[in-house]
This record gives sequence, structure tokens and C-alpha cells, in this order.
Amino acid sequence: MILIHSLTFGYPRGALIFQDFDWQVARGQTWTVLGPSGCGKTSLLYLLAGLLQPTSGQIEIDGQPLTRPRPRTGLILQDYGLLPWATVRQNAELGLRVRNFYGPDGTHAPRDYSPARDVMPWLERLGLAEFADRFPAQISGGQRQRAAIVRTLALSPDLLLMDEPFASLDAVTREDLQNLTLSLCAEQQLTLVIVTHAIEEAVALGEKILLLETAPNQNARVFENSQAGQSNYRNSQAYHDLCNLLWKEMRHEKA
Amino acid sequence: MKRRDLLLSALGLVIVWQVFAMIVSRPILPAPWEVFIVFFQELGNGLMIHFGVSLWRVVAGMALSVLVAAPAGLAIGGSRTMNRIFSPIIYLLYPIPKVVFVPVVLLFLGIGDTAKITIIFLILFFQIVVLVRDQAAGLPPQLLQSLRSLGAGRRALFRFVYLPASLPAILTALRQSIGTAVAVLYITELFATKYGLGYYIYYNGGTLFNYPAMYAGVIAMSLLGLGMYFAVDWLERWLCPWKFIS
Repeated sequence: MILIHSLTFGYPRGALIFQDFDWQVARGQTWTVLGPSGCGKTSLLYLLAGLLQPTSGQIEIDGQPLTRPRPRTGLILQDYGLLPWATVRQNAELGLRVRNFYGPDGTHAPRDYSPARDVMPWLERLGLAEFADRFPAQISGGQRQRAAIVRTLALSPDLLLMDEPFASLDAVTREDLQNLTLSLCAEQQLTLVIVTHAIEEAVALGEKILLLETAPNQNARVFENSQAGQSNYRNSQAYHDLCNLLWKEMRHEKA
Repeated sequence: MKRRDLLLSALGLVIVWQVFAMIVSRPILPAPWEVFIVFFQELGNGLMIHFGVSLWRVVAGMALSVLVAAPAGLAIGGSRTMNRIFSPIIYLLYPIPKVVFVPVVLLFLGIGDTAKITIIFLILFFQIVVLVRDQAAGLPPQLLQSLRSLGAGRRALFRFVYLPASLPAILTALRQSIGTAVAVLYITELFATKYGLGYYIYYNGGTLFNYPAMYAGVIAMSLLGLGMYFAVDWLERWLCPWKFIS
């Protein structure tokens, strides 16, 4: 699904963040990208979203070289993703309205796209129907993030990228939304890449965990975590062991 | 603000006026009731036409400035290159008091409405450009990124983000400039016209010494400013309901 080959990337007048970096993600996998602040997690996500371009090297998604945002990739950010002047329903419709605005041109919307506007089934599914006419400032952080998820899922993506999506939520809401995200991804057969700085979240969600280090990143350090997402995994010994291992790795890296 | 509070404030001002009129006790400050009677008499006697002419000039000036300045502000705020080119020019021109150009504009555009509308336009243009530019340039990058990731290119960003985000800035600029616009309207109407509230006030006060009529003109001009202020408030409630949520 994602094929990164020999990626080199740095911001103008900044140090390199990735250097000759290779990484692969298979279709339907659930990945978490973990690392300390400034390691390039968010940059990696923006590269995958087509919002940043590599200095050199290739990123291919679904066999196609990535040069601009791809219609079937959904991106969900921690905050600020919703338009404050639009209601929950209008925000949820936004991606569809952007597609309707351009029509099925293959660049901004898939060629096989037929104009649609109905997001109510999704809003109902995620418990937002009764808040459809409210503005983002009138609903809770968890509901705002659900609205962002509806907006993305309404576009029938095949790849979902999330940047610290649950960081500003309380513990209970966070776990609910994490489980919801996993079940939706399984149901819609989405490939999922979640960026997080929280070890527990990385282990709870990612079948595979990519640990980024202090920039520049040269090797993809991958940790297998096949039990992620299974019920009660968070209370298991394997979960705690992996958390401890990652904690030591990150601490070692820092030292 | 509650209507009752507004009415009470208006009543308070009338009482203060009455007290001052009693203290001064000269024809140059007639009592409010005397002015009100003249006001209603004058309405049928030409004041309405003067009001209409002034309203047309100020609304045309405002509409023109919104139509030109809002897209300009959006374009400048939405593009780093445009911002780099135009912001220094705006920085130099913005603080110049445009009212000093009244004689120049009159010389170039003559004595008709065009000159008067142009002067109002000149004053409002810069206020709106600056506020809309700052609003557009200050949008959170995350908001723009998430729209881009939904497939939005430049045109869709303008349609779905920059335009709605700039509406409050346009309305704020309008509200801030109504006072100035009406003041400038008064000045432009002192020159080369026989219509408009500025002319009416100056003619009654300075030539005919008809003070109650002059004050009736002052009331009409205040109502003009106040009405436009209310209109902008109403527009904001209609166009930006999200700003009024609790």
C-alpha cells in the first residue's frame, strides 16, 4: 500500500529529518508511528498525505508515485481540522463539497466519484446526529474528533492517516475513540497510520510500531505487535512488556 | 444589547440635551421637542430626499470598497508572494488621512456623486484590506492542511476557507469605518452639491440660521450612522451565526 524508497527529507534551512529511509506498509495493516518530539513523525504523515514533497527518493501509494494529496487518503489532525463557522453537518460534508466543487477529475476527486452529499448515516453511526446543527465550539473534544472522522470516512478512503488524534481527550473518551477507530478501519478495510508520542497508545493500537529516533532517521525500526486491538490486550503481560521495551528504547535514544 | 437598554440610553441623552438647552437658553441650542417637531415637518419638506441622497452615497462607497478590498485582502493574505509585494505599499498608504485628498479627488472627478463615493471608498478600502489580509494570513495552518488533504486546491480553499473566514473581518472593518465614512460624507457634501445631509445641515445652520432645522439634519445624519451600524450588526448575526453561540 505504502512504499517508501530511499526517502530524504529536510525543511529548507533545517537539518535532515529522513535520510535514505525505507519503509513499507501492506494494505489493511494498522501502524503506529512513535517517537519523541521533533523526530519527524508529523513530517512523515504530511509526506504520506502528499502535503510535503521529499527532497529525494520516492513515495508510492497503491503503486502510484505520490506528488500531491491523493483523493483516497484521509488525514485527521489533532485539532483545528474543523471549520469553526460551519455546523457539524456542514463540516462532515466538507470533503464531499470539495469533490462536488471540482467534479470527478481524478486529481481532486476519484474518477469514479459520483456527486453525493449525504453524511447523515455516518453522523448517526458515530452518535452525532443530534449535534448535526451545532457549531464545533458547542460540542466536546471527543465529538469534534468524531466529526473529523465522519468527514474523512464519508469520502470512502482506503488509507487513513491520523496525527495525534486523541491527544487532547480525556482517558475514557480517548479509549472509546481508539476502539471505534480500530473497528471502523477493520470494517472498511482501511490501512491505518497513527502518529503518537504516547507509548501506551502506540502499543494499544498498532499491529506494527514504527519507532522514529532523533533526526535524521535512516533505518525503520519496526516492532511487531500482532495482538494489538484484541479485547483485554491492554491488561495483558505482553502489552506491558512491549510498553517497557519501547520506553527503554526511547530513553536510551534520548541518552 | 437589549432594546430596552438602548431606549433608556436614548431617553437619557434627550434629557441631558433638554437640561443643556435650558441652561444655555439661546436659539443656537433649541430644546429637543422643538427639534423633533421640525424634524417631522422637514421630512416631508425635502429632508427625506437629502437623507436618501446621503444614504445612497455612503452605501455605494461601502459596497464598492467591500467589492474591491475584500478580494484584494484575500489575495494578499492568502499568498506569501503577494503579501511580500503589497504589504509595504499598504503599510505606507494606510496611515495617511485620506480625508486630505478631498480637494484633490474633487478636482479630478468633478462635483458629482462619483467624487463623493470615491472618497468614502478610499477611506474604507484600506481598513478592509488590512483586516481581511490579517484574517486570511492568520488562519491556522492545520485548518488549511486538513482542507488540502481533502483534495482542496487553491480555488476550493478560497471558496471554503478564506472567503467564509474573512466575512467577520469585512463586517468588523465596516463597523469600525461607519463613523468615519459618515463624517467624511458630511465633509464631501459641503462642496459643490445641493443635496445630501451635509449640505442640508450646513445650509440651514450657516446660511439660513434655522437652528431647529439644522439640528433636524444632525438627527437625520445620526440616524443614518446608527441605522447602518444596526444593519451591519444584523448582517453579522445573519452571516456569522457561529460568532454568537454561547
